[in-house]
Amino acid sequence: MKPAVLTGEHFITGDVACAEGALAAGCRFFGAYPITPATEIAEHMASRLPGVGGIFIQMEDEIAAMASILGASCAGAKSMTATSGPGFSLMMENLGLGICTETPCVVVNVQRAGPSTGLPTLGAQGDMMQARWGSHGHYEIIALAPASPQEIFHQTIMAFNLSETYRLPVLIMADEVIGHLSERVIIPEASAIKTVSRPRAKGRKDRFKPFQPGPDGVAPMAIAGEGYGIHVTGLTHDEKGYPVMTAEAQAAMVGRITEKITRNLDKIIQLEEYRLDDAEVVIVSYGASARSSLAAVDEAREQGIKAGLLRLVTVWPFPEARIRELAKRAKGFVTVELNLGQVHLEVERCAGGAAPAVLVGHAGGAVITPERIIETIRSAF
Amino acid sequence: MKCWRVPLDAEEIQVSRGVVHIVEDRCKGCGYCIEYCPRDVLEFSRKFNSKGYHPPTAKKPEACVNCHYCEIICPDFAIFSVEAPVDAPQGA
Amino acid sequence: MDKVKDRMEHPLDDLLRTDRIPHIWCSGCGIGTAFSSCLVALKGSGVDLDKTVMVSGIGCSGRGAGYIRLDSYHTTHGRAIPFATGMKLANPELNVILFSGDGDLFAIGGNHFIHAARRNVDLAVVCVNNLNYGMTGGQAAATTPLMSKTTTTPLGSIEPPFNLPLLAYAAGATYIARWTVLHTRDLTKSIEEAVLHRGFAFIEVLAPCPTGYGRRNKQKPADTLKLYQERSIIRNSAHPAEVTLDFEQGVTLGKFVDYERPTYTDAYDKIYRPQNLLDGDKAI
Repeated sequence: MKPAVLTGEHFITGDVACAEGALAAGCRFFGAYPITPATEIAEHMASRLPGVGGIFIQMEDEIAAMASILGASCAGAKSMTATSGPGFSLMMENLGLGICTETPCVVVNVQRAGPSTGLPTLGAQGDMMQARWGSHGHYEIIALAPASPQEIFHQTIMAFNLSETYRLPVLIMADEVIGHLSERVIIPEASAIKTVSRPRAKGRKDRFKPFQPGPDGVAPMAIAGEGYGIHVTGLTHDEKGYPVMTAEAQAAMVGRITEKITRNLDKIIQLEEYRLDDAEVVIVSYGASARSSLAAVDEAREQGIKAGLLRLVTVWPFPEARIRELAKRAKGFVTVELNLGQVHLEVERCAGGAAPAVLVGHAGGAVITPERIIETIRSAF
Repeated sequence: MKCWRVPLDAEEIQVSRGVVHIVEDRCKGCGYCIEYCPRDVLEFSRKFNSKGYHPPTAKKPEACVNCHYCEIICPDFAIFSVEAPVDAPQGA
Repeated sequence: MDKVKDRMEHPLDDLLRTDRIPHIWCSGCGIGTAFSSCLVALKGSGVDLDKTVMVSGIGCSGRGAGYIRLDSYHTTHGRAIPFATGMKLANPELNVILFSGDGDLFAIGGNHFIHAARRNVDLAVVCVNNLNYGMTGGQAAATTPLMSKTTTTPLGSIEPPFNLPLLAYAAGATYIARWTVLHTRDLTKSIEEAVLHRGFAFIEVLAPCPTGYGRRNKQKPADTLKLYQERSIIRNSAHPAEVTLDFEQGVTLGKFVDYERPTYTDAYDKIYRPQNLLDGDKAI
């Protein structure tokens, strides 16, 4: 029987690496629904989860898949689902339930070109704003963007650790390019993989308040069946979990579930910087587009342009502070992404007029080439 | 209770006796307990509860046989019966 | 009921979040009675209450989870069943009971209901059928009788309603019953059976909705109960296809289906654990 952590060297796709990352992170429940280009994650989990004592179930639609992983998480399991654009749209309401009830889980979106059915087998990054604001109401979210099969393995572990630490659904915004790309993936020893589990309820069961925050704003979680007799609801609720239909309770609840992220940005935001120290032109990119950007930085440097890359490992929460800092000295920003301007809007906002921000975008179905990036830098700056 | 004839064990069987308790402020005045009490023990009281409803009151408390039907039909957990103490007055 | 002499506490108070009572349901609404039957059934069934979870969706009945003093989850509209499926599969030791309404379970939630029944997931689903959407003020639902008036069918509903027991039967539910809140003891016994049943148990509970449905269909609360009394025919083991819900001809009540077949967890453990797994060609 294969262990949960498949230590060794592999040549696998991003989808499979994502599934292996989930297993290594302790994921033991997968609520599936097939959709190109994410199906391979479900297929891999279907054959691997039972052997590590986990549960795989293919649900009747993505709404049910999302609901099932929330239920499983409330019952104590680390749980995950994976989908693409159309399914991601169906998952939005229950994503909101996970945010409001602070239920840890991981949702992978292997983005494909949209809108609608779009190009099912071709990559895009057009769901980034949906990842940020797709569910209704005001909330914070954590979304990662893997740029390689090796990275999606580690990011899936990171996603689980973040979701368990801050008790909320965490999104992995991959895309078809990464999902279907086969590359070398080194899976380390199990002992080298740090996993985190949610803070658990302790102490007197009759006095326990399911949504009374700890020091970092996160409440210890009682699991169904432990006898704490908790009530969990999607209605605005107080620290006892009781519905309270007032503006004050709303301000308090939404305040807490947003601040538990905004107060911990330094621990959550992860960026990778390449030749940025003396860069005049800052390329901001993430996921598959960051690969072209990497090449563009080197080629631009050869042509005497001081370019550097700020790669967003976490896209949300957006690294506002870092952009503002760079805006002080940069000649300009170039956002490279497979849509017609989404994260670009954030870069432009945070650049705040101190430095121009241009987009190298594409509606999806193609990879942005380094040449196009350099061309844009030449014409813009 | 009309019967064709007096049941043979009329003496031996001790008809149970009950006492009705009403949690007045939970009552929403739907009248189900009054309508469906088999012994017609209850009626709307003239009093109002804190929400302005007329809770039930026992007009024939001694008739209660502790069948609990008021308790289980009540949608508001506002009424229940318990076994009467042994020296309770004998009802019809 | 116990013999404590002058007890002032309602016998269900230990299972109620008494700090949230009086509850939200209107005067004469039958949900409270159905809910009360659930509490009595849970106590009577002898299941470990610490391991018992109530899940409900959105709507008047959906508020039920908020009043039971156990682990309870008030989820999104129509999605209580898939949520509960995830919960039950992640921890099969849990006794998971669903308490929700006809709109939640059979209109928006219909797709999830039929799949959970098909899979025979070990859940007990209590559906309070008050023939309309009560919470939002009385709109037509998938169960609204023909030509009934609702705010969205001002001239009468032209859609034939579901036969819920037949739908559950066709989907594969292995315990199916229908009672009204007036048949309180039968209902409580049935819920107890459903809680203890291994597999997907479904109970339809007819309940008056004076504010939403009754007002627009000339039924005062007591009238609805009188209809239940005068028009219901108890036919246990009736074939679900012959179960009718027609306040003129008759309302069939009873336990219609009660058999066992492997639950989802039974099948999963038998086929997927632990012997040779399906990683043959998928070996990486």
